[in-house]
Amino acid sequence: MSTPPEQATATTRPDPLTPVLTRRWLSPRSWSLSTYEQLEGYSSLRTAFDAHPDQLIQLIKDSGLRGRGGAGFPTGMKWGFIPQDDGSGKGPGAKPKYLVINADEGEPGTCKDIPTMMADPHSLIEGCIVTSYAIRANFCAIYVRGEAVHCIRRLRAAVAEAKARGYLGRDILGTGFDLEIVVHAGAGAYICGEETALLDSLEGRRGQPRLKPPFPATSGLYASPTVVNNVETIASVPAIVTGGSAWFRSMGREKSPGPKIYSVSGHVERPGQYEAPLGITLRELLELAGGMKDGVPLKFWTPGGSSTPLFTAEHLDVPLDFEGAAEAGSMLGTTAVQVFNETVSVPWAVMKWTEFYKHESCGKCTPCREGTYWLVQILERMVHGEGTASDVETMLDVCDNILGRSFCALGDGATSPITSAIKYFRQEFLDLVAEQPAVQRPDQLADAERAQQTIDTELTGASA
Amino acid sequence: MTLSPDKTETPVPEGHVRLTIDGREIDAPKGEILIRTCERLGIIVPRFCDHPLLDPAGACRQCLVEVEMGGRPMPKPQASCTMTVADGMVVKTQHTSEVADKAQQGVMELLLINHPLDCPICDKGGECPLQNQAMSNGRADSRFVETKRTFPKPLPISSQVLLDRERCVLCQRCTRFSEEIAGDPFIDLLERGADQQIGIAENAPFQSYFSGNTIQICPVGALTSAAYRFRSRPFDLRSTPSTCEHCSSGCATRVDSRRGTTLRRLAGNDPSVNEEWLCDKGRFAFRYLQSAERITRPMVRGADGVLVEASWTDALAAAAEGLLAARDNGGIGVLPGGRLTVEDAYAYAKFARIAGRTNDIDFRARPHSAEELEFLAAHVVGTHPDDGGASFLGLEDAPAVLTVGIDPEEESGIVFLRLRKAWRKKGLRHFQLGQWTTDGARKTGATVLHAVPGAEAAVLDAAGAESSAGGTSIGTDLVGALSTPGAVILVGDRAAESPGLYSAVSALAARTGATVGWVPRRAGDRGAVEAGALPTLLPGGWAVTDPKGRTEVERAWGVGPGELPEVPGRDATAILEAAANGTLGGLVVGGVDPNDMADPQAALIALCEVGFLVSLEIRTSAVTELADVVLPVAPDAQRSGSYVNWEGRRREFGVALDASGVLPDCRVLDTLGVEMDHDLFTQTPAAAWGELERIGSRRPGAPAPRFAAGETARPGFGQAVLATSRQLVDDATLAEDEPALAGTARRAYARVNAATAERLGLTEGQDAVVRSDRGALSLPVALSDLPDGVVWLPTCSPGSHVRPTLGVGHGDLVGVSPAGSNGGAA
Repeated sequence: MSTPPEQATATTRPDPLTPVLTRRWLSPRSWSLSTYEQLEGYSSLRTAFDAHPDQLIQLIKDSGLRGRGGAGFPTGMKWGFIPQDDGSGKGPGAKPKYLVINADEGEPGTCKDIPTMMADPHSLIEGCIVTSYAIRANFCAIYVRGEAVHCIRRLRAAVAEAKARGYLGRDILGTGFDLEIVVHAGAGAYICGEETALLDSLEGRRGQPRLKPPFPATSGLYASPTVVNNVETIASVPAIVTGGSAWFRSMGREKSPGPKIYSVSGHVERPGQYEAPLGITLRELLELAGGMKDGVPLKFWTPGGSSTPLFTAEHLDVPLDFEGAAEAGSMLGTTAVQVFNETVSVPWAVMKWTEFYKHESCGKCTPCREGTYWLVQILERMVHGEGTASDVETMLDVCDNILGRSFCALGDGATSPITSAIKYFRQEFLDLVAEQPAVQRPDQLADAERAQQTIDTELTGASA
Repeated sequence: MTLSPDKTETPVPEGHVRLTIDGREIDAPKGEILIRTCERLGIIVPRFCDHPLLDPAGACRQCLVEVEMGGRPMPKPQASCTMTVADGMVVKTQHTSEVADKAQQGVMELLLINHPLDCPICDKGGECPLQNQAMSNGRADSRFVETKRTFPKPLPISSQVLLDRERCVLCQRCTRFSEEIAGDPFIDLLERGADQQIGIAENAPFQSYFSGNTIQICPVGALTSAAYRFRSRPFDLRSTPSTCEHCSSGCATRVDSRRGTTLRRLAGNDPSVNEEWLCDKGRFAFRYLQSAERITRPMVRGADGVLVEASWTDALAAAAEGLLAARDNGGIGVLPGGRLTVEDAYAYAKFARIAGRTNDIDFRARPHSAEELEFLAAHVVGTHPDDGGASFLGLEDAPAVLTVGIDPEEESGIVFLRLRKAWRKKGLRHFQLGQWTTDGARKTGATVLHAVPGAEAAVLDAAGAESSAGGTSIGTDLVGALSTPGAVILVGDRAAESPGLYSAVSALAARTGATVGWVPRRAGDRGAVEAGALPTLLPGGWAVTDPKGRTEVERAWGVGPGELPEVPGRDATAILEAAANGTLGGLVVGGVDPNDMADPQAALIALCEVGFLVSLEIRTSAVTELADVVLPVAPDAQRSGSYVNWEGRRREFGVALDASGVLPDCRVLDTLGVEMDHDLFTQTPAAAWGELERIGSRRPGAPAPRFAAGETARPGFGQAVLATSRQLVDDATLAEDEPALAGTARRAYARVNAATAERLGLTEGQDAVVRSDRGALSLPVALSDLPDGVVWLPTCSPGSHVRPTLGVGHGDLVGVSPAGSNGGAA
């Protein structure tokens, strides 16, 4: 593996291949409690329970752990927002506190939480116990994407196992601390990955984002103080408790410390989960994944799922941490690295993503609901060879009317693939409407044109 | 350097913040929503989901503005309908910010891509916020050339509300209204994304007494009224502010008419009464104006016993002749009814005293009692919201409210909405004395004090006793809550059916210091009290037995000293008894339905037997059928006048429809008086009101009623104690010819608790027969939390006309048995 020059000088960095989050994944029956315990599982609990909850919050603050769900909010700070009982018996501090795990992994390309819960469910449960103790919650809900049935089963079995062993339930390990964990199956809506929509869904309501403020920290689940964290975030917690904040900070970069699971998919030789310290580059990840499939050159890629503006081959050395991705004009997102080679049509890929956002828009706000409805039709029309010269500008303007105007980040995310694709591949869009394209039309478009025969009648039949 | 050295900084008032909007500084109360602050400056930010009476949603994103906080511009434009003001905030609306303007135009374009271009056939066209704001904040042409989303339409979501999903902009005003304001979440969002739509559950129509409000607040033409759809264009309508005639809330309305016909009614905006809401009865029940049963010409019964049309001259002469004879032959009784304006009630009151020389006048066309008369004199007459009386605003701020003899949702919908608002927003504690946890009680978070019919007074007395004894109980809790300053006791006129209840309320109010509000069911009741249409009260709150009062009224009326009768008159029941046995010579009857009286059969016999009967009516009725002279009078829409609502607030209204040839009661009575050689000076409502105003209004300072609690009937084998009250949408006369409204009526059930059902052999969902010695009726059984041995029936609903069919009332024993059996003694 070739090492970029700036990393060669960073002597304190551990070997990127020393796994933390994934270290048990290859052990036999890694999901079982016995394997977990043999591999130092639940060993952080003693340390955690010996500490005051506030010390744990401080530890996580010191570690610099940032949310792994995409936004990268400092986890310790989030915990610190939870109002604690001041003895007055009034205010939000007097209410019960809740921990909710966002396991509604649905971002296109993202597949890190479900493998984590499949291979190592107890690491999440252990993290939940420590976190609940820190924020003084006695109830924790894990909201798992409904389609992930195996995962839900495995998680439930793990919760039952942990409870039978006394890690959950009443008076955990004789400390007097109580915790119940409920594994809740979502109903298959991408929007429920948005934390307030998740809370509404968990309460049995229609999953649509809530107005903020109030924020979940003061008025979350059942209008009580609630921490909502991603699976990977919480699964990182036991290691921090055991290893300490300095150890955690020895991985990754100054503002984005720690290990991260990168889900590499697409046109690479060995797609899969690659754990690496934050700040690894695509060039390094591609080497870990065996390079581009069949040697076909890279065309474009997403650093963190389809909601993050895409990158091209010129971004191979962008450090993939929160700052690095942002400085290069994208976002770290969920570190779902989707890799596309030169055979892929950018407009086609963008159309597929936009179809996803149109399908998953919750409908609450106008820009996202109507904007994605419009954009998908423009893209489908373009891909079917019926685009017009003004379509690109119209799409950019519609995106401008969605970005920052919608109720939640779903609308913003829907514009990312379009605006970034036009930024880097404008000519390819224009070529779609040109008679003699400068770029050869890829296979996907030929397929699409064949499919057009059937769609044609519908379109002309009900045209506006 | 100071540019304006003499400019002095005014301090920001306490509890306010200072912000700048479009370059203008303004102080706003903390917590105010930005869009409201803009409104106060006259800056209208376009909006759809925002409604000042609904919780903020931020869904439509039409109201985006640029905001700068602490000198730093916020990265995205902000929804001004969800953002609260802050000190030092700098706001730029579409008038000063290109970003805000573009954001608004962008959202408008997005809203329009799926909106059909059917404005020319849309009910909303011409009064449509989408249309108007598309003109003011949208672009002239669309760039959208793709396929529009289509839906089959319209979709009836109830018999009176139709949904056009293509027009809907999904602002969720309707769903939020139903959930927040009415508490009837039978309408909700379905599906998601571009397929998202408003809808109802399968086989569960949008069942709400307030559903019409969603039509009015819909900012597009998505919700339309089955009764009004395609009837008119807004610009063809003639709009008149008016007052609703259906209940004692006195809601502000707007009557929209075209070619002399009322086509629709909308809620007016009166923050101190109905805010911007109206119940469906008030909104939809107005077709009685066009009823085939309307009377427009006077009628006189000829020698052959047949009523024939006559000229006003002949009819008035016949009426005067008959009444003069009757006056000499036992006297005249006057039954004005409870649906009169205060001016008309005053004319009746004066007619009785001057032309009839009697105090035999009683507006109460319903079960009533002597106790009620004392209660009205002690607690009701002369009270006013400005004078510490109970009021809508008082209810909203009340820490606790006890409702007695009234189920507000069924009998005074706007009182219910205000109670619900107070409960939701301000932590009101609502106690309801009744038989079961009604929907309205549930939706106002009421603690129900269950009472066997007739034992209501005993329950209140017991609460007082429990409180004195200490300890914890509902009674102690109630007395404690009512003792908090601002607490209110609302009494409905059904309290008259439970002996001792008015006295118990009076005692509880005295003990706790709670304000008493009397909420009768009919619009005219309170005004009739003020106008003296009672056997014991003269206009202006004077007691008939008070010499000073009589002198005052005599002076105002210009009659000689001692001319006013000083003996209290008979109440309506006694008047009818006297008419039946011939001791009373004649009756003058206004809008009275004998079926509303405690004993309809006795009332009808009295009307048959009385020597001479004059009826003033708008339509044919049981009274006009029996009358010797029928004098047509004007309905509200064709006259001016005012109601006094339950608060004591005067609610004026003007002529809405062409009124040529129709006369209000006060004018008819004035002319009749002249024919009888007495001047009433009530030619016009304005004249009548002017005179009543000169007499003034006072609280008579009458002693509180002290009637003992009544005995509770003990049901024997196959028997139950009857509880009965009316439902909002039922077989009311004024709701006739409104099939769409009737379609939303709640189904009539015979309600019992599970134990009673078992004892009586009843099965939920199957019919029960309720019988008395006079008749029987059959209704499906529903189980509710009533006391043991009690059956509740709606008083006047389809299949359940309790008084005319059974001749019994609240607190009487009835036989109850499953349908098809012969069991049940009466």
